[in-house]
Amino acid sequence: MRRGSAGAWALALLAVLVWAPPVRAHVQQGQAAGFFTGLGHPVSGLDHVLAMIAVGLWGAQLGAPAIWLLPVTFPMVMALGGMVGLLGVPLPGVEVGIAASAILLGLAVMSALRPPLAAAVVVVGLFGIFHGHAHGTELPAGQSALLYSTGFVMATGCLHAVGIGVGLIHRWPWGQALLRAAGALVALAGVFFMWRAIA
Amino acid sequence: MMRPPRRLAAVIGGLALASCPSSAEAHLVTTGLGPLYDGLLHFALTPEDLVPVLALALLAGLRGVTQGRRALFVLPAAWLLGGVIGLTVHGGVSPGWTALSFVLLGGLVASDARLPLGATTLLAALLGLGHGYLNGSALAQPGPGAVGLLGSVAAVFTLVALAASFVVPLRTVWARVVVRVAGSWIAAIGLLLIGWAIRPGA
Repeated sequence: MRRGSAGAWALALLAVLVWAPPVRAHVQQGQAAGFFTGLGHPVSGLDHVLAMIAVGLWGAQLGAPAIWLLPVTFPMVMALGGMVGLLGVPLPGVEVGIAASAILLGLAVMSALRPPLAAAVVVVGLFGIFHGHAHGTELPAGQSALLYSTGFVMATGCLHAVGIGVGLIHRWPWGQALLRAAGALVALAGVFFMWRAIA
Repeated sequence: MMRPPRRLAAVIGGLALASCPSSAEAHLVTTGLGPLYDGLLHFALTPEDLVPVLALALLAGLRGVTQGRRALFVLPAAWLLGGVIGLTVHGGVSPGWTALSFVLLGGLVASDARLPLGATTLLAALLGLGHGYLNGSALAQPGPGAVGLLGSVAAVFTLVALAASFVVPLRTVWARVVVRVAGSWIAAIGLLLIGWAIRPGA
């Protein structure tokens, strides 16, 4: 291709890009936004992210059956909290509860705490209600309820999966030490969140 | 290398085919199959219908071959019946029914409920009648109509066949747990849908 011809093509391409209108290829405007808004919501706050990952880390430390019972239980309990939040039912001390979840889950991972399975499920479920309630009250209007909820639940589940995946290093001695250090970091972050919640 | 008589026969055959062309009728407008694919795509693009069907297929698959086969035939049949009623009655869409089926079926998958064959059959029939009715109402004229309903029934059959046959052979704990986690996600979505449906100002 000659230099002049290439320049003309480049100019034409630039013009097309500059004047590019939106495609509007989707039949239902805002539906995809509902899914992606839901997908982004749980990862938009560090307090939620750390607590969700800590659940996975703790589950991996505890091993079977907690490693699969916690990820099965948590989304449902959290959604129950979300439903309560959507209904406008007040839950006192939500932010404090979320900060406490980061502190206690972080401490549990740091100390490799091994409570009875039922106790671990109850603790995680209780924190799940706080996290779910906070999400429920923050859900934006005008989104597709189903797609938003799908994205929201999927993102939360994926955070657990990340925690479990990282937590599998527990089988090596160096991994156990690293996990405990990660737990300490989560607990420290929880102290910061608590200070911010009550300050 | 082709021998001359064979080559001659091939040329004559080719000429005969070329001289008697008929229209291909490959386009959906001429075949009349457009509404069939509309119905199929309507199901595939409607998570309110697709997800509960997937959940039932997972549930039946977790319980083994017999329940998987039962769901494979009962659900599409009930879907067709419910759809015909929906086409006739033109009922409205109930978000409560969708949320209920998400919570119930997702919860059963999450808990790996050991349902007897009769219970799975009943669930498949109820799901097919309810969602088939909603589907039929949505597909009613001036939509794709009865042919579209057949498309959605074919899509239901295909999804149940694929999902249940994928789950039936799973034996390792981890693989079954992944299916149960999917069930818990479906139940969680259903719970949130209930909240969305009955929240103040909804």
